[in-house]
Amino acid sequence: MQFRVPREAFGEFLKEIGKDERIVVLTADLASSTRANFFQELYPERFFNVGVAEQNMMGIAAGLSASGFIPIVTTFAIFASGKGWEQIRQSICYGGFNVKIVATHAGITVGEDGATHQGIEDIALMRTIPGMVVLVPADGVETISLLKKAIEYDGPVYMRLPRGETEIVYKDRTPNTDIGKSEVLIEGKDITIGACGVMVPYAIKGASILKEKHGISAEVLNVSSIKPIDKELIIKSVKKTGCMLTVEDHTIYGGMGSAIAEVLSQNFPVPLKIMGVPDEFGVSGKPYDLLKYFGLSETHIAESALNLLKNFKNP
Amino acid sequence: MKSYLIFLRTNLKKRKVKVDEASLKEFEKIAREVRILTLKSLTRAGSGHTGGSLSAVEILVSLYFKEMNIDVNDPSNPDRDRFVLSKGHGAPALYAVLAKKGFFPESALWTLRKLIPQPESPRGYVPSILQGHPDRKKTPGLEASTGSLGQGLSIGIGMALAGKISKRNYRVYVLMGDGELQEGEIWEAAMSASHFKLDNLCGIVDNNGLQIDGPVSSVMEIQPLADKFRAFGWNVLEIDGHSFKEIFSAFEKARNLKGAPTVIIAKTVKGKGVSIFENKVKYHGVAPTEEELKIALKELGEDAV
Repeated sequence: MQFRVPREAFGEFLKEIGKDERIVVLTADLASSTRANFFQELYPERFFNVGVAEQNMMGIAAGLSASGFIPIVTTFAIFASGKGWEQIRQSICYGGFNVKIVATHAGITVGEDGATHQGIEDIALMRTIPGMVVLVPADGVETISLLKKAIEYDGPVYMRLPRGETEIVYKDRTPNTDIGKSEVLIEGKDITIGACGVMVPYAIKGASILKEKHGISAEVLNVSSIKPIDKELIIKSVKKTGCMLTVEDHTIYGGMGSAIAEVLSQNFPVPLKIMGVPDEFGVSGKPYDLLKYFGLSETHIAESALNLLKNFKNP
Repeated sequence: MKSYLIFLRTNLKKRKVKVDEASLKEFEKIAREVRILTLKSLTRAGSGHTGGSLSAVEILVSLYFKEMNIDVNDPSNPDRDRFVLSKGHGAPALYAVLAKKGFFPESALWTLRKLIPQPESPRGYVPSILQGHPDRKKTPGLEASTGSLGQGLSIGIGMALAGKISKRNYRVYVLMGDGELQEGEIWEAAMSASHFKLDNLCGIVDNNGLQIDGPVSSVMEIQPLADKFRAFGWNVLEIDGHSFKEIFSAFEKARNLKGAPTVIIAKTVKGKGVSIFENKVKYHGVAPTEEELKIALKELGEDAV
């Protein structure tokens, strides 16, 4: 079954993985919003709602892991990465504990709740902690696939999910992505477009515009493993295309674009454009209107690609 | 395996010392030796937290040499009792206790806070197993990594919950500082420990009354502490944190109180055991000099540095 809302996929995954008695699930008063309640209904004895107390939740998860359980911690992206940051750093990661943090409601596409609930800094915050794995699946199918890999992996993982529906990217095949492994979704030769999470379908649409209206062949990468990042795939792609555009529902500082810039600048420098939320807070609105407001729609992606090609590649 | 564990537990219980005057003397001797090792390691490190290490010595010795069911030869036994040093800066005293208990040789104490030169290793140095603040991945016998204050009680709650859902009878002990109780996470944790009815959890407050910037009461008052914990649903015991008799008896009471967690508020003296360090804010975060160490060792009955 394909879920259009990734957190629904997460809830369904919890039902299945809950058969494994090592799994415990924690939330901070967001059981229904995160779909952790799917687990709660089946395995109430291994479910803990700690109330609105994210710091305590992260520490409790560390302690459960210390005794052999695999805790899956879930809340909104801004609360997980912001309120619990130092507990994630010291109690979980420095302690070397096997905790999986699944944060929903990431990015400006949270929509109407506005800036306070739109976590646009979480990738940057999580990526700087030594040893933390950061995953941003593109749709419900990849969510389940990467959740399986995250549970198999022994160590801390942060997974970022959106609030709303996404278009299904993996309609008729299983994802080949993994921890440290991204993949080419569309092959191309003129420009590489790297995207993650909800922006992947928009990158695909942007590539279609480029092809249909301008005859430009864009290669689209699903960079769902932001840390560790798939250096080889990115370098291989730009060796072919010679330039790269990145697009994410996250601040332009410290996110996927920055991670890709670190790879390119130190290995194979090519012209690069990072698209994301500029240095400002989000606002209330419908998700797609917000993407347009912040210049992240498929049309903006195609335009940015054209500018990059015009200004740098073929001046 | 199970019968082995039962054997181990009864064996450990048998080893528990009856508290008569002679055995009290024995615990006092261990405490004195722990103070000596702590101060020597701090002086050799050249930095570290003297006051809050010394105030916790009797509590730590009671836990590791009497109260806790732990076996140095079977450190990951799932039924072992757990200890979390939430006030991570008290690490030097804990390291001395772990060394005396046999988790690692006493000689490791002289590497406290140091990068150890090792020309043949890829980076030219190797880190000490004894970091400035507890790192469970490096130090044998440690259960959690702490140092940034306020986090240990939550970890202890996770361990206690794990004990409940896996139906194991181990107990969890968390030692907190009093200044540390100013952290909000402690009270999130306190609320949840009683909500989850964690009677297998025992908190201890090393109530020495001083923090880096001065007396706790003038920096940010935490009193009435017993009332606060009671209001959060805990059993509260108040004792002299340097009296082995009172510590032993509090741990025994805590073990028998069911349905809620227990906190032992242990009144202590910062820098306890060495007159020049006692009740001095200055020694919160500085190590003894060679001169001060000489005075301290003399007071503790040892001459050789």
